[in-house]
Amino acid sequence: MIPLSWYLFLSLILFTIGVLGVLIRRNAIVIFMCIELMLNSVNLALVGFSSYIGNEIGQMLVFFVMVVAAAEVSVGLAIVIAIFRNRLTVNIDEINLLKW
Amino acid sequence: MTAQALVFFILAFVSIASAILMITRANPVKSAIFLIVNFLSLSILYLTLSAQFIAIIQVLVYAGAIMVLFVFVIMLLNLQDEKRLSDRFDVRRLIAFVIVLLVFAEIAFGLGKSVSGRFLKPAENSVEIGKIEFIGEKLFTNYILPFEITSLILIVAIVGAIVLAKRKFE
Repeated sequence: MIPLSWYLFLSLILFTIGVLGVLIRRNAIVIFMCIELMLNSVNLALVGFSSYIGNEIGQMLVFFVMVVAAAEVSVGLAIVIAIFRNRLTVNIDEINLLKW
Repeated sequence: MTAQALVFFILAFVSIASAILMITRANPVKSAIFLIVNFLSLSILYLTLSAQFIAIIQVLVYAGAIMVLFVFVIMLLNLQDEKRLSDRFDVRRLIAFVIVLLVFAEIAFGLGKSVSGRFLKPAENSVEIGKIEFIGEKLFTNYILPFEITSLILIVAIVGAIVLAKRKFE
């Protein structure tokens, strides 16, 4: 049998790639996708713990994370569409009205 | 090497490779396709952890609903390709790599200390708790309040998305 630490390290690597994507990409939609990647890597860790400890709480938490992710994506993409309608761009370097 | 370890390594390779390809493609549609590949490989990883219900809703909700929304919005906005990543190698990008390495090292150190030598094989009831029957029963008894609140979250999200994205008539 494979130990839990393998799943946790895979989850860590995917999370790190997601953080890197958020930091280096300039396209708002791709940044959203990287956030989805990070949420999924945490889901993998939660399911791993749930299965190796023998407790269902981890899988319940994954279910609610997915619901919140769906809500977040719909509202976030609506914001992206609204910004694109006003500024005709989704490049986050040019969307700097709230920057000090 | 056992068959389980082989399956794990293949899936881990596919998911890591598709994640790296996702953040390095200039075209957002290609990024979305590689993210779908990543979600599918994660869904099979959930099956190897005997979480059947989570594997199914991973495909239904993530690869089905959320990614369709992404591709739809990309199509709606008619975006150009981003500049190639290697064109702009500046100080900010270097700082980003350093931060990412620090995050990786910190979490890896914590994980290595806390799980080494523990959790070597799944619990005896791991197959039982992954079943849809069990999860459904728990969801409608012990977790009924959070389950009902999710419907509130979803309706707020629908109303918010419509209000934000609708065209203003002046």
